[in-house]
Amino acid sequence: MSLLEINDLNKRFGGLHAVNSVSFAVNQGDIKAVIGPNGAGKTTLFNLICGALPADSGSVLFNGGQILGYRPFQIATTGISRTFQNIKMFPGMTALENVMVGLHTKSRSGFWSGMLHLPFTRHEEKKVRRRALELLELLDISAYADVEAASLAFGQQRAVEFARALASDPTLLLLDEPAAGLNIYETAEVARLITKIQQQGITVLLVEHDMSLVMDISDEIVVLSFGEHIAEGTPSEIQHNKEVIQIYLGE
Amino acid sequence: MDLKKITSIALLITLVVGIQLTTQLTGTSYYLTQLTMTMYSCLLIIGLCLVMGYAGQISLGHAGFFAIGGYTSAALTTTNLLEALERGSGCVGLLNKMGLLVSSTSLFGEPMLTVHPWLACLLAIALTVLVAFAIGIPVLKLKGHYLAMATLGFGIIIYRIVLAVAFLGEADGISDVPGFTLLPGLTVNGDIGNRITNYYIAATILIIGFVLLLNLIDSRVGRALRAIHGAEDAADAMGINTARYKLYTFVISAVFAAVAGILLTHYTGGISPGDAGVMKSVRYVAIVAIGGMASLWGALSMGGLLNFLSLRGFFGSYDDAFFGAILILIMLFAPQGILRLSLWNKFKGGKKEVQ
Repeated sequence: MSLLEINDLNKRFGGLHAVNSVSFAVNQGDIKAVIGPNGAGKTTLFNLICGALPADSGSVLFNGGQILGYRPFQIATTGISRTFQNIKMFPGMTALENVMVGLHTKSRSGFWSGMLHLPFTRHEEKKVRRRALELLELLDISAYADVEAASLAFGQQRAVEFARALASDPTLLLLDEPAAGLNIYETAEVARLITKIQQQGITVLLVEHDMSLVMDISDEIVVLSFGEHIAEGTPSEIQHNKEVIQIYLGE
Repeated sequence: MDLKKITSIALLITLVVGIQLTTQLTGTSYYLTQLTMTMYSCLLIIGLCLVMGYAGQISLGHAGFFAIGGYTSAALTTTNLLEALERGSGCVGLLNKMGLLVSSTSLFGEPMLTVHPWLACLLAIALTVLVAFAIGIPVLKLKGHYLAMATLGFGIIIYRIVLAVAFLGEADGISDVPGFTLLPGLTVNGDIGNRITNYYIAATILIIGFVLLLNLIDSRVGRALRAIHGAEDAADAMGINTARYKLYTFVISAVFAAVAGILLTHYTGGISPGDAGVMKSVRYVAIVAIGGMASLWGALSMGGLLNFLSLRGFFGSYDDAFFGAILILIMLFAPQGILRLSLWNKFKGGKKEVQ
């Protein structure tokens, strides 16, 4: 069974049919990429899946359950995590603290226990801190744990963002243009990290512009153009698809 | 609590005791009255600091919550229920049987039967919580200027209500509010002989409130609030129910304001529409801004200093103008608060913030 199933998804902005009856599925354990020229509807599709935008019609099934209509914070609790195109670090917080926020759904203490500083809160706080450090180590950035995250280099911020997204133990990770704003070295590093994440048993769906990244790491690729599903297949199939070449090179 | 926090609180307690002893030795214990009032105002200000500095929401209506607390408690503890009891009101009779009413004599020697201050206090807090939820649920959907305008509107509504309702004393407000006996021997009232006790009651309540908030911002909730403040959509994607967190923070801070209103009203023996005024709300916001928004220590110290100076008449007739002016100056020259001025940083040994 596929982990994520998108059926006949539609979204209109006035006269613009941004996502037009798009259907595809993501298999457990795969890295799947959604590509397409500017204005193809990639980001809209992404926002529909993670609840940032309401869809007009269609369905999004995660583990067989409908998640369309969920608010973003509810989606996060189902086991889907996301990153942002323009990396959104929490300002004024260290890399470690950023990842600790990512552990929100994995911890319990609320307003009362926080104010009274109950023993279980203290215990939980230690656990959260330890787990956050482990995640930073996993992504090879534990050296920057106590540095303000927003002051790190872009590539390092991206790694912190991955650690933050992994903190909630997701089964599916959604990446919104993970190579955006990165140079070729940083892009290669991001590719390495994404493969490493896949090795942890996490399914990855990414929306991306950067062809080299997509072709290197993806198991399958979906191509969108003007909101429509044009092609789907392995990287080599996509590379040889006439229609795709036409869209990209504008024959 | 970590060692640093314990040390700071210990220093704070030492300061409180030190001030009292100094006034005793120098024969200036009349200062304690204004200090007590200042500490109750500080209770409101640290609550507002939580909302503004940590959750990133502005409220220009906190004097409204102060007034809801103060007025509810004042009205309930000064309304004579004797007549209602004699008329045979079931509700009043029941309260009387449960021992929740107290008998006394008014200034004019008339027998009085009023609601027990503890019951009045709890009802006032309950009402505040209700109003805070009712206002917070729709209003906290707004951001920035819109939220400021909406909370300003709320403040104005409360001000006009207390000014218009006869039961609340219209322009005169409510006076002759009796003392509030928290525990046997610990009464919040304005008796000169009770001044030192009251000073310590206020200090204890303020420090307890302060520690609760310090703990809160150091916890999972505090982290979530800072995340919401910094990047709300990212916080949302981390599974934080941002609307609920903002709402709860708003309600907690409204309760802090109400408790301040209740205790200050019993202490001074009255409350008037001026305490609910918009200028008061602006003043509270100004003090939080001077303290550096996201700094409970800043809010506490600036709240303590400026309220005290204001109560001592230091700013004369220009009191409100002064607070308006510092709000402008702070926004222009020290948006991070006066404690983070670059001069101050140099003084501390050139410690620079990471960009």
